[in-house]
Amino acid sequence: MGEFKVHRVRFFDYMPSAIRAMAFNSHTERLALVRADGALEIFNFADHYFQEKVIPGQDGRAVEALCWVGQRLFSAGLNGEITEYDLENLRPRYTVEAYGGPIWTIGSNKQGTLLMVGCEDGTVKMFEILKERIQFQRNLERQKGRIVSLSWHPSGTLIAAGMMDMIRIFNAETGKEMQHDPESREVVVWSVAFLSDYTIISGDSAGKVQIWDGLTGTLVRTHLVTKWDVLCLSVSQDESSLIAGTSEGTVVQFQFISSTVDQQEEEWVRTRTFKNHSHDVRALAHTETAVVSGGMDTQLVVRPLLDKVEKNTQESAMRKIALPHRSLVCCAKKAGLLLFQFPDHLEVWRVGESDGHGEENTHTHTHTHTHTHYLILPSPSSSSLQVSKLPKDLCLGHQLCFSSDSTKLFASSRHSSVIVVALNQLECKYLHTLKPKSGESRLALFFSSSYFQLDKLSIVAIETTVTIYGSVCLQLHCTVPIYSSCPTAIAIHPTTSHLVVVHADQQIFEYSLVQKEYTEWSRKLQKQGLHSLWLERDTPVTHVTFSLKNPAHIILHDMFMFCIIDQSLPLPESKTLLYNQMTLRSLPEQERIRHSHAFKICKNFKHVMCVSLLEDHSLVVVERPLLDMMSQLPAPVRQKKFAT
Amino acid sequence: MVEHGDIRVVHRGGSKINFRKPVITNDSRFLLCASGESVKVFSTSTEECIHDLRGHTDLVTGVLIKPSNHLQAFSCSADGTVRLWDFTDGILIKVRLLPSIVVCPLFQLVAVHLPQSGDQLVEARELSAVLTGISSNPAATVFGRGGEYIASANGLQLEVYFFKKQKAYRFSLKEDNKKGGKNTFTCVACHPNDDCIATGHEDGKIRLWRNFNHKKEYTYSTLHWHHSAVSSLSTNLLSGGIESVLVQWRYNQENQRDFLPRLGAAITHIAVSPDGALYCTSHSDNKITIIQSCVKVSAVIQGLVKGESVGTDLMIDPRSKSLVLNGKPGHLQFYSLQRDKLLYNLDIVQQEYIHESGLQQFEVVKAAFDASGNWLATVEERKQKGAELELNLKLWAFDEQTQSFVLNTTISAPHEAQITGMCFSHATDSQTTMLVSTSKDGHFKAWQLAAQSQTDADEGPSWSCDFVGAYHGLVPECCSFSADGSLLAVSFQEVVTVWSPASWELLTTLSQPPKAIRNLCFGRLSCSKYLLGTTDSNLLCCWNLLTCSLEWSTSMDVSLLLADPLSENMAAFCCQAGLFVFKPSEPRPLFSQKAVCSGMVTRAVFAPREEMLESCEESSQWLNRSQLYFLTQYMVNNTNRSAVKEKKSLVIDDSVAMTPFYLLLGKHRQQQQGGDDPQSGVSAERTPLPQGSVAIKELLQTPAHVLPSTSFLCSMFVQSLLISVTDSREESKHAEEEMESEKEEEDSEEEIESSRTRPEQQAAVGGGEAAESAAPAMTKAQVRELRRVKKLDHSWLAGLLDS
Repeated sequence: MGEFKVHRVRFFDYMPSAIRAMAFNSHTERLALVRADGALEIFNFADHYFQEKVIPGQDGRAVEALCWVGQRLFSAGLNGEITEYDLENLRPRYTVEAYGGPIWTIGSNKQGTLLMVGCEDGTVKMFEILKERIQFQRNLERQKGRIVSLSWHPSGTLIAAGMMDMIRIFNAETGKEMQHDPESREVVVWSVAFLSDYTIISGDSAGKVQIWDGLTGTLVRTHLVTKWDVLCLSVSQDESSLIAGTSEGTVVQFQFISSTVDQQEEEWVRTRTFKNHSHDVRALAHTETAVVSGGMDTQLVVRPLLDKVEKNTQESAMRKIALPHRSLVCCAKKAGLLLFQFPDHLEVWRVGESDGHGEENTHTHTHTHTHTHYLILPSPSSSSLQVSKLPKDLCLGHQLCFSSDSTKLFASSRHSSVIVVALNQLECKYLHTLKPKSGESRLALFFSSSYFQLDKLSIVAIETTVTIYGSVCLQLHCTVPIYSSCPTAIAIHPTTSHLVVVHADQQIFEYSLVQKEYTEWSRKLQKQGLHSLWLERDTPVTHVTFSLKNPAHIILHDMFMFCIIDQSLPLPESKTLLYNQMTLRSLPEQERIRHSHAFKICKNFKHVMCVSLLEDHSLVVVERPLLDMMSQLPAPVRQKKFAT
Repeated sequence: MVEHGDIRVVHRGGSKINFRKPVITNDSRFLLCASGESVKVFSTSTEECIHDLRGHTDLVTGVLIKPSNHLQAFSCSADGTVRLWDFTDGILIKVRLLPSIVVCPLFQLVAVHLPQSGDQLVEARELSAVLTGISSNPAATVFGRGGEYIASANGLQLEVYFFKKQKAYRFSLKEDNKKGGKNTFTCVACHPNDDCIATGHEDGKIRLWRNFNHKKEYTYSTLHWHHSAVSSLSTNLLSGGIESVLVQWRYNQENQRDFLPRLGAAITHIAVSPDGALYCTSHSDNKITIIQSCVKVSAVIQGLVKGESVGTDLMIDPRSKSLVLNGKPGHLQFYSLQRDKLLYNLDIVQQEYIHESGLQQFEVVKAAFDASGNWLATVEERKQKGAELELNLKLWAFDEQTQSFVLNTTISAPHEAQITGMCFSHATDSQTTMLVSTSKDGHFKAWQLAAQSQTDADEGPSWSCDFVGAYHGLVPECCSFSADGSLLAVSFQEVVTVWSPASWELLTTLSQPPKAIRNLCFGRLSCSKYLLGTTDSNLLCCWNLLTCSLEWSTSMDVSLLLADPLSENMAAFCCQAGLFVFKPSEPRPLFSQKAVCSGMVTRAVFAPREEMLESCEESSQWLNRSQLYFLTQYMVNNTNRSAVKEKKSLVIDDSVAMTPFYLLLGKHRQQQQGGDDPQSGVSAERTPLPQGSVAIKELLQTPAHVLPSTSFLCSMFVQSLLISVTDSREESKHAEEEMESEKEEEDSEEEIESSRTRPEQQAAVGGGEAAESAAPAMTKAQVRELRRVKKLDHSWLAGLLDS
């Protein structure tokens, strides 16, 4: 593998914001997650929990609740607006003012025809879901306090609403209040769930999970779960299991089981407790096999239920998703510059001379001139970024890419199109729009460009499809065969013009753009199969780059390791040791050659955000230690610890 | 009490009553618990032991009320029988022999079909294994609701076996969770009505298992309050552990729990009466507490507390005649031997005991009573890792009003190192009481009750140090006062020093190399001139303090040596639990038995009888005045007493006396030793060897300047090498008497013994000294003469002329 001078960068103060709400769509197996800064993230649970889409947040749009209606995603927030998202173009489609003050909760009926929101002024407002928009239908009977939580009975006739000190049950058709279940003292019913057997389960600020008979309004059972608040509830699809998230960071599971083996009488019994969070659990989702939780500590935790999955498989492993599945760091290889992307600003750092410690001066501002070399700027909102006069079409870009001679800028745009802009010293000029084939209106996700001996190319990856465009003639060059899993990182080799694509299921493909087919090495890799340990890794490869010295080297990294693939060496057999760098070091020279294989993996770094090889053959590793992130969090609720 | 009987070892009590879970009867009136080889029936209201169901020949391993007849109880034992008792009347109803099971390495749970038959002794033949590889702890196996299933935990696995379906489900836990808690199961309990199994774990968690009739969809919830292992769980979801707090969890409202703290010691078992009104908890200090409705401790049944080790020796409180030893941590227990009941605990340390494992706490390591029982001295120590030893010597005075001991003086750090021995002066009539303590710091200290001369006269007298003694920087091990308190013997490794407590003068040193002295004991009454000691080199020595010489010694592996305070008898326990009872003055042991019990005898004590026995059997006479109690490792408290019920009297004939002990003793008795000067005694006493070489050695080792002329010695020396014709048995006692008086004059040691004992004593000395008038000049006599010559030093010529 050789030795590198390593710039170990640990000053990228990236801080994800707290998870506020979650909604799981069991049909598409996608989890929508909204953070405190309003950013929306879509995770594809079917495809290795890959973070498929990110819609950046906007100022003053704190989202409180999320709701899937079929494939459509609605959110509501304290600004009193209901927003539907355009998941293709990654932007809000429209917003509707509810005129009820801040909205605390949103929900839809099972049929997907009606949407209801609970407002600060005590009204539950019903909206009819139309094909392109939603339309206000009516108000339910207005209450005195704010409506904090709502749940629709599966039949669609009854609505349970959690309020201050009470739970009210409405008839959804007439809008009349039917009854209420008073609480004894000052509590907030943070969450309610209406089950099909007319049981209402509530979680409140007194730390209780209470089970009510929804027809008679009587309290069946109280479970005191915590000394603090029960913030959220989630019921499994078959209503046999319920989870409650608390301010202590615990998730408590309740199960609907019979008390004796043979009898049919079942009751809700508290069973497991999961403690995977240090702070409030604000959002929960109960999938078929797992408990998904997120909260103030910004991590998304997928905890499989061991009675639902096979033991000791990849599926049964717990996942903590702490860092985004995108590269937030760019590296200018020639100039030795690092660009850190924050939600609202950018930072450029210059790689300094390492004198052991303390290095690198900052240019803390947004704009960069990249005449010497190209620089990819994956800015979320390019409108604030570029040179003074931007073409009108470039108002929404998710990814940017410069051509290698810095004369052209490529920006992804709506409807999966790519806008090509010509650049010179002073101005930029709209050149062309690369449009996908008709009928496909999806979004460009990945984006790279490279020098190619015949032509200049740009590539576009659209969900699972990778398309290549020639950048001089600006026409479709070819399309890489479709693979079922999302590509997580794409790069074109600067000299051999091979395209390397890494997918969310950890597969690696190499595609020759000249021959328009998979290369020999890629075929061999597919034939032999990747090493099982490689496939077991649970974080996606977020960046691929190449060594300028040795064209056979591909450098890629995920959160916990970086790997140099030496294409000249044999591939590892299924029985060989994959992580063999330490053993290789102890072997003599002759032995070493015999034992080495193509995957050279270095695990010295943790929580890697970026690994890049500079032109002077030194390595830049940007780390973001989780402990640093934890230390920036506010103090959790005080808990009595034993012997303190 | 005139009947004669042989001497038997009888298990007297003090056995563990916390060995297995006790059982409360259906009417909550009785409590049954396994206690050693018997089952004891206690009254739950009066704490009184009502019946002692005896019959098993080995440890009772379980007690159970018969479900079909709640006035009968089953008990099982390691002797392979199951017995059925009527516990209200204390009658054995049936005995069932279990077939001997092939020894297998794993514990098996077997179902036994109990045949219905009228005979009292029935052999059960039908056995079927239900589960294999179960835990040996009976708390880890329990029947479920209505006996439909059985749950058993072993290691990290819980196994549930359904009898109807004949199907077993196994659930395992991970070996170790991340936080270092151990998931090992410790105990199991089942809900009586619901299908819910509660399991206790090593890390203090309790798991409630539900849905366990599914291979995969089983589920459990975790409760956590205990900080270390949950040692017991009961069906009412009561749990207990080392914290000695009884925790009652509310089923289905597990966040709410009730506590009953300060139960005194770690909880080992919890039992609940069938109506749920009474709980009883067994504790690690051999105690059963009966609790009414989880709030009130209504009765405490306390057995003999046996801690990790009996640091203090067994003692007899002279006043109450109760056995005293250290019991609960930091306490001395007073235990009635007659009633097998704990009388009371005396808090010595007077500090809160913290129930946590691995914590070094103050422990009572030494205690001593004075002869009248007015004073009690205790030593407590705490050795923390990396810290200095903390020592306290406390002296307690008996308070007549409260009838208990009251702390008089606390001496902190009486010594710089551990105290190895402590004893009171035995003199009952002396004005001042004296305590001597020996320590590893190389000193022994005498403590005396000093009259208070200071202003605060109302405080009364207190104790202070009177004398600090040392001997060549050696470490003192044992100390002993003579019966009259006039002599103090302190052993310094292999040297025994004898001091006069009145003047603190070193009177003499006795030595029996090469190993250190292990025990030291003065003879009593008529034998009070003898000092006995045992050494590490398996030697039992007896010194005559009048002659300051070794009276006899025998090679014997003595682990324990003790004197009967009421008679001359001494008892010695060998390492293999052999017991010898002897008088220091007599050649034959009064009693000997090879193995009185299995295992080593760790502690023993002579306890005075309440009324004297009139036994004329020679072998059992020594038990007339007192009984010998001893403590073994396994059985807790045994006593040696004459069995009065059995008529068959065992005659100990002379063949019994032909034990190694006797042979050696007899041999050494023949080899009489002259009274050497204390100064030269160290070398002269060394290694009594066969007769011929003694003379040579004597000749060669004696310093040249004290030897008579060679021409004089020559004839004697040659004679010594000749074969002797007659034995040295014929010795004139007159000469002996002469010698005694002579010696008394020489050593200015006052003889306080009454004149009544003296002749007897002198007679007992036997051939202590050689007679000058021994007519045939035998080798032995010659040697003796030679020695005497040497001893007399200047007057040897005169002595020679006499002969």
